[in-house]
Amino acid sequence: MGLENQIAEALPEVLTARLDDLVNWARKSSLWPATFGLACCAIEMMNMTSARFDVARFGAEVFRASPRQADVMIVAGRVSRKMAPVLRRIYDQMPEPKWVISMGACATAGGIFDTYAIVQGVHQVVPVDVYIPGCPPRPETLIYAIMKLQEKIQTESLRNRRDKLEEVITL
Amino acid sequence: MSEDALTKAEDPISEDVQLEKKTPLQQVVFITKDKFGDVIGEVLEKLGETSIFVKRESIVDVCRFLRDEEKFLFNLLSDIAGVDLGIEADPRFEVNYHLTSLPKRMLIRLKVRVSEEDCNVPTVVEVWPTANWLEREVFDLLGVRFEGHPDLRKILTPDDLEGHPLRKDFPLRGY
Amino acid sequence: MSKVLEYSPTKAFEQQVRENAIDSNVTVSMGPQHPSTHGVLRLEVVLDGETVVSATPDIGYLHTGMEKIMETKKYQQNITITDRMDYLNPMGNNLGYVMCVEKLLDIVDDIPPRAQVIRVMLVELQRIASHMVWLGTHALDIGAMSMFFYCFREREKILNIFEAICGGRMTVSFFRVGGLPYDIPDFVPGMIKEFCDNFPAALKEYDTLLTGNKIYQGRARGVGIITAENAIAWGVTGPSLRGSGHDFDIRRYFPYCGYETYDFDVPVEKDCDVFARYMVRMRELKESHKIVLQTLDRLKPGPVKADTPKICLPDREVMLKQMDALIHHFLLAGLGFKVPPGEAYHAIEGSKGEYGVYIISDGSEHPYRVHVRGPSFVNLQALPIMAKGEMIADTVAIIGSLDIVLGEIDR
Repeated sequence: MGLENQIAEALPEVLTARLDDLVNWARKSSLWPATFGLACCAIEMMNMTSARFDVARFGAEVFRASPRQADVMIVAGRVSRKMAPVLRRIYDQMPEPKWVISMGACATAGGIFDTYAIVQGVHQVVPVDVYIPGCPPRPETLIYAIMKLQEKIQTESLRNRRDKLEEVITL
Repeated sequence: MSEDALTKAEDPISEDVQLEKKTPLQQVVFITKDKFGDVIGEVLEKLGETSIFVKRESIVDVCRFLRDEEKFLFNLLSDIAGVDLGIEADPRFEVNYHLTSLPKRMLIRLKVRVSEEDCNVPTVVEVWPTANWLEREVFDLLGVRFEGHPDLRKILTPDDLEGHPLRKDFPLRGY
Repeated sequence: MSKVLEYSPTKAFEQQVRENAIDSNVTVSMGPQHPSTHGVLRLEVVLDGETVVSATPDIGYLHTGMEKIMETKKYQQNITITDRMDYLNPMGNNLGYVMCVEKLLDIVDDIPPRAQVIRVMLVELQRIASHMVWLGTHALDIGAMSMFFYCFREREKILNIFEAICGGRMTVSFFRVGGLPYDIPDFVPGMIKEFCDNFPAALKEYDTLLTGNKIYQGRARGVGIITAENAIAWGVTGPSLRGSGHDFDIRRYFPYCGYETYDFDVPVEKDCDVFARYMVRMRELKESHKIVLQTLDRLKPGPVKADTPKICLPDREVMLKQMDALIHHFLLAGLGFKVPPGEAYHAIEGSKGEYGVYIISDGSEHPYRVHVRGPSFVNLQALPIMAKGEMIADTVAIIGSLDIVLGEIDR
């Protein structure tokens, strides 16, 4: 309070804020999804970027083919047992911070495909931040999920890094 | 009346006349039977579809004949579908070949049955290259081996999955 | 270190290099997560420089066990599963499956004319929608990004129509054994009419954007050649075969749903390359548009279900008032209908080729075995032949021109 006021009076062009808020604001405003289209939901994911739904309004339209450049993985479709290791590998290749949206009933819980070949929920393979119901969900639902993820990102803190080193934790 | 029919059937000339009266698919069956004899088993005509049971050993010859014979020209192998007829059944497996003749516009089904102990079928890859993946699929999902197949590997299921999912004794879930 | 420096271009050294020449072939694993493989297709490409020596598709990354799960569900329930096979062409899948069951039940001739007309109408609309996705993504792979947005604009209109009819955008499950679950709403023909009025202008737009585009022509002409003879031997069907000069179209060769009464052409191109396949699909869009317009004229009032109370669910109003309809509804919803033992194979012209369904019935409520002949599955087999000797960048164009959907390949 006191310090802020003094700075504001002395340097009117400077704004003070929590570093967390600033970083989170920057992060949530430009989420770059990795193209991880698997099945039917992928088409709705593509639809989301098209003119009618226009996810660019929320800063998440830059689909990156390389996981190294992506922030959020939208698991769009059913994950088979053959695909699960690949999915995990791509998730591991993404740099921190990273988030996962599980899109659709199949990715979330296997959907109607309760069979030998399908992983019953992608949470068995990667940690999921937002689940979306629907088979397939409408693009609006996916946009809502991205907004929910943005809300979640806003509450995160730089201190709670998921990739922090063991030594740092022991310190 | 019946006597007339009998004498006509014995007469070779009237046999040709009968052949002309037959539908194209019946002609196919007739000519194939004539050519291969015992190899051709039962012939089913149901719901406008004709199925021919063929003995396993000569499936390649029959296929090649059906493809090359001027009158049929079954040049497109539409589909190969493997069926598990039941755990108890003997022969247990059935392989269905759906052939389409583009020039003559007809469709026919060949059936081969094999038992579980000896589930080998000669491959038809050399007749239609498209059989390659179709046979691999049957092998992967049902475990019917195709002798002479150039590349008989799993195609759909992951490498670590043991067993053949479409067999009736394979569980649907919980694997 | 010093040893390396000692080497001089002597004959012995030259010979040594020749004998131990490094194999210049490089194997590149393309996919399963690759933006241009249209899903989770993995290609093992062996490259000599930039030239493809061989390309081996590796599939199964979306294997769902659909054929297995269909054995445990009732005939009506399986319609929803066919939706998710070729998710760009769900109406076509529904039609193929439903018609196969109708063939088994021997009620093909009992389907009322209005239901047939609506089926044809929706399937052709779906073909347009499917080709729109193909066009958008194929152009996107080549590098023409704006096509994608224009294509999805038209597709969105069709999805709106589907949504008005059945509530679902992509997984429609609208056809039923014996006809349709209910009649289409009154305002839908108007929507379709409006779409049809605007569609030729959109087609013209696509033509100006891509067909005459020099860059696109350079990428597509003379690439991925497969002759008609080869294509048939490898089982290629649909637009990909017609791009090679053969006019095989199941709507013509083995007509169903009254296709023989509609006036439409089967586009055929003779160049056998990516551009020919592109042109076939572009012309098909026009033909589908023509068929949809014809169905609108034929839309006469009438029932949309066959008169088979033991197979078709009764209308809601009737069910609430009549005792026998209520009983039928209860039995159908709870137990399903039984199909006489037998087997049937029915093929329809999907948006990608011959979509065949083979069902074996053992007389119970569940199919004993369902096998689906996915056109993408068979068409993809021809990829190694088409890609051999081409540049690595062209494989993307070739995959795009085959119009594959992995959901159908892996099932």
